[in-house]
Amino acid sequence: MNKKRFSLKLDVKSGAVDMSHGSGGRAMAQLIEELFISNLDNELLRQGNDQACFPVAQGRMVMSTDGHVISPLFFPGGDIGSLSVHGTINDVTMSGAKPLYLAAGFILEEGFPLADLKRVVESMAAAANKAGVPVVTGDTKVVEKGKGDGIFITTTGVGVLADGINISGDLARPGDSILVSGSMGDHGVAIMSKRENLTFETTIESDSQALHDLVAQMIEAVPDIHCLRDPTRGGLAATLNELAQQSGVGMALREEAIPVKPEVHAACELLGLDPLYVANEGKLIAICPADQAERLLAVMRSHPKGKDAAIIGEVVADQHAFVQMETSFGGSRIVDWIAGEQLPRIC
Amino acid sequence: MKYVDEFRAKKTAQNLARAISQEADPERTYHLMEFCGGHTHAIFRYGVQDLLPENVRLVHGPGCPVCVLPIARIDMAIAMAETYGVTLCTYGDTLRVPASNRRSLLKAKAEGLDIRMVYSTQDALRIARENPDREVVFFAIGFETTTPPTAVAIQQAQRLGLKNFSVFCNHVLTPAAIQNILESPEVRELGTVSLDGFLGPSHVSSVIGSQPYEFFAEEFQRPVVIAGFEPLDVMQSILMLIRQLNEGRHDVENEYTRVVSAEGNLKAKRLVAEMMELRRSFEWRGLGLVPYSALKLKRTYREFDAEVRFPVEEIASADVKGCECPAILRGVKRPVDCKLFGTVCTPENPMGSCMVSSEGACAAYWSYGRFREQAAS
Repeated sequence: MNKKRFSLKLDVKSGAVDMSHGSGGRAMAQLIEELFISNLDNELLRQGNDQACFPVAQGRMVMSTDGHVISPLFFPGGDIGSLSVHGTINDVTMSGAKPLYLAAGFILEEGFPLADLKRVVESMAAAANKAGVPVVTGDTKVVEKGKGDGIFITTTGVGVLADGINISGDLARPGDSILVSGSMGDHGVAIMSKRENLTFETTIESDSQALHDLVAQMIEAVPDIHCLRDPTRGGLAATLNELAQQSGVGMALREEAIPVKPEVHAACELLGLDPLYVANEGKLIAICPADQAERLLAVMRSHPKGKDAAIIGEVVADQHAFVQMETSFGGSRIVDWIAGEQLPRIC
Repeated sequence: MKYVDEFRAKKTAQNLARAISQEADPERTYHLMEFCGGHTHAIFRYGVQDLLPENVRLVHGPGCPVCVLPIARIDMAIAMAETYGVTLCTYGDTLRVPASNRRSLLKAKAEGLDIRMVYSTQDALRIARENPDREVVFFAIGFETTTPPTAVAIQQAQRLGLKNFSVFCNHVLTPAAIQNILESPEVRELGTVSLDGFLGPSHVSSVIGSQPYEFFAEEFQRPVVIAGFEPLDVMQSILMLIRQLNEGRHDVENEYTRVVSAEGNLKAKRLVAEMMELRRSFEWRGLGLVPYSALKLKRTYREFDAEVRFPVEEIASADVKGCECPAILRGVKRPVDCKLFGTVCTPENPMGSCMVSSEGACAAYWSYGRFREQAAS
C-alpha cells in the first residue's frame, strides 16, 4: 500500500462520516484503504477489484445473506461488526456447509463518528480472523443524516457443502429428538439491557459467536442430522414453529429441559417477556433421529460452544404443526409464533 | 429463581390439584371468574386448567386494560396527535389496539405521527423534559394499578414546572366493572351465565385493598378470593373459593397476604384522590357505558389535562361486525364461540381488543390453548 497517497491521515479520533466518503472520490478511497482494507486485510481484498475471484471447491456451494440494523451498535459481548460476521457464518453453517468467504456492504449515515466505524470494522476483522472466514469484497455507501441509523451492515457468505450431507428445515420426522446447544435468550436480554429507554444492570453478555467449528464436529459424529437452525429473531419459539411448518410435523417440548440462565430468566420476569421468544446469536437447534440423540448431545457437550446443550423434546405427528410444551408447572400449552414485537404487558 | 420458583413448584401444584379434586363436589359445577388479565395470562401460560377437574371452570373476565378501552378513546388519542401534532406516549400493548377505519396507534406511527412506547410514566416525563419545544401527552390507561404512577408523574411535572406535559386520562375502576357484570341481565335474571365466585385482582388490590369487594360479596352473595398472579396463588385461591362455596359462604378472603392489606396503599389512594375525580360514566368495550367507573383530572389540575388542552371529539364507534368481544368480556361467550376467532381475527391482525394483549381472553386462548379445541374436533 502506498503510504503517501493521502496528504492527511483519516481523523479516526474526532472525525465523522460525510457525503464525500460515499462519492467515489479520493475521500472514499482513503476511507476504504485506511479503515476497511487495513483492518480486514487479506489477499483477495488487497487486489482492490470490485469483486473477489476464487476457485470453486468440490461439492455444492451454499450462499446466504443477512442485513444487520441493530440498536444499540455496541452491547455487552459484541457489536454490530462481530454480529454481522457471526450471523452470516451461522446461516451458511446451518446447511452443514463449511463457510469460506464473506462479502460486506456498509450503509453509513452522514455524521457517524469515524472512531465508532473503526471500532466496528476492527471487531469485524477480529471475528472474521478468529473464524477463519475472510471478508473478501465489499461496498460502502453514505446516506444523508436522518436517512439511516448510524450504520447498517449487510454481509453475504459462501460456503461449500460436502456430498452426502442433507440438512434441511423440511426433514424433521415424528420421533426425532430436538436439541439446543445452550442457554436461550442471552443475546436479546443483553441488547435490551442497553436500549435507550430501558437501561438496567446485568452481567449477561450476548452469546454472539460463529458455530461452524461446533457444527463440523456434530456432522462428523452424526452425519444423519435432519435439521439445523439458529434461533435468532423470535427466539426458540419462532424457529421451532418455522421448522414444524416446513416439515409438516408437531413438536412436544419439556419446559424443564430448556436451558435458560437465571439472570436471563430474572430480566424477562421483570420486563414481562418470555425467554423462549428472545433472540440468540450463538446457539443452534438440531433435530436428529432419536437413536442418535445421546451421541449428538455428548459431542455437543464436549465442545465449548455446546457445553450446556440439552435434549428439549421430540418431533411428533400433528397435522396442525403445533409446538406444544409441558410446562414446568405440570400443565400444557402451545408455544406459538410471536405476534408482532414482544411488548411488555401493562398490569 | 429465588422468590419466583417457590410460587411455580410442580410438586405443590400437584398437591393442590389433589386437594381441589377431593373437595370439589362432583354433583355440581363451579364457575369461577378471574377478573384480571394477569390471571388469564398465568392460567394459560402455565396450563393451570389441565390441573383442575372437569367441573371447575374458569371464566375469563374483563380485567385486561387494553381490552376494555373503547375505539373512541383510541381515535381521540390519534386525533390529538394528528390535529395538534403532540408527541403521544403510551404503554406497549396500547399500540396495537384496533381503532376505527382499521387504524391503530402502531399504524398511525407508521404514517408519521409521533407516537412512542414507554415503559413508565417516568419515560414520558423525560421525553417532555428533553423536548421542551414538543407537547408531550401521556396516554394513560389501566386500572387502579397504573393510576398512582400517572398521579405521581403529574405531581413531578408540577414541581418541575413542566409546561409541555399533559395526561390523556383513561383510568378505570375495578369494583364498578365487577358490579356491572353482576348486575347484567345475563347473570342476574336470565341465568345464562352462572358466576359462582371471583378470583380478585392482585396488583389492583395492592392499591385499593380488600375492603372494596366486601359490598358486592354481600350484596350479590358471591365469594371473592384476592389472588396473587403466580400459578400457585391461582390454584390456592381456587381451592379457597371451592371451600367457601361448599360451606355456603360468600366472604372476601385474601390469599395474596404477602402484598394486599385490607385498606391498601393509603398514600397512593390519597394522591389519586387529590388529583382525580369520578367521571359520571365511561364507555368500556364490552360493557358499554358504566356509571362512575373511570377517573378524570380535577379542574385544579386542568393544565395537565390533555382533554382540556387539546380538545377532540369523542365519537362512539361500533366494534367490528361479528366481533364477540363484548360477550366474551362479560363471560357470556368463550373465544371459540366467536366466528372471527382464528379466522380473520388473530394476534397478528386483531379485529377485537381481546385478541390484542396476551392478557386478553382471545389472545391467550389462541396463543396458548387452541390445541385443545383442535384435539377435541
